[in-house]
Amino acid sequence: MVPIEHAIALSGILFAIGTVGAITRRNLIVVLMSIELMLNAVNLALVAFSRLWGNLDGQIFVLMVIVVAAAEVAVGLGIVISLFRNRESVNVEDVSLLKW
Amino acid sequence: MSLLFFYIFAAIAIAGALGMVLNTRNTVASALSLVLTMVALGGVYVLLEAYLIGALQILVYAGAIVVLFLFVVMLLNLRQPDFSPQRQRVTKIAAAVIGVLVLLQFLQLIHGAFGAPAAIPEGFGGYRQVGTALFTDYVLAFEATSLLLLAAMVGAVILAKRKID
Repeated sequence: MVPIEHAIALSGILFAIGTVGAITRRNLIVVLMSIELMLNAVNLALVAFSRLWGNLDGQIFVLMVIVVAAAEVAVGLGIVISLFRNRESVNVEDVSLLKW
Repeated sequence: MSLLFFYIFAAIAIAGALGMVLNTRNTVASALSLVLTMVALGGVYVLLEAYLIGALQILVYAGAIVVLFLFVVMLLNLRQPDFSPQRQRVTKIAAAVIGVLVLLQFLQLIHGAFGAPAAIPEGFGGYRQVGTALFTDYVLAFEATSLLLLAAMVGAVILAKRKID
């Protein structure tokens, strides 16, 4: 029997690692991977709470999150490819035109 | 016994996540570390009695999403330093502060114990129960995801195309 508190703690640790990665890394592909890691941490929290209350709704939400993550990766990597074609770079510092 | 497996999977997941974020030299190795994390999380889902989600996690994340990442990394053939020399210190401090804050919020959440998990019916989290819920209560959301997937597919093709006629 897995204690739910420990599963939520694992989810928090993974989310924090993903946040730090998304902020510090300059490689656009690794930033996208960090966002995937954060989505996975949220999935883990949803599954753990679904187990805690014996309610299947959380698992349905996880399915939706997986679909959204797949769509996000497809579009995000399309943007990365078209960016690389125009700028010869995937560094976020090179595409800071919209930053104030 | 399942507790031991949970800690093993949790250690693998955290090690994979750290390996992905801290590896600044090799993006392919980063993506492979992410696979490790995804597979370990699939094991954790199975331990939490979400059998269908665990199978889908390995199929979709380790099988499709990370392969897409690897494909793009190898296609682009990147040779660039990851960290820029200037502004590196400020970014690192800001990231450390935000990471610690996020972690503290989660630990605050679990400070009060949740109590024992509810009793679950036979077959909880299997394909039959999840599928029944998906096609009765959540059928509208299920159909909406098909529209989302279509839009994402068309968008990705248009974005990655060489020239838009």
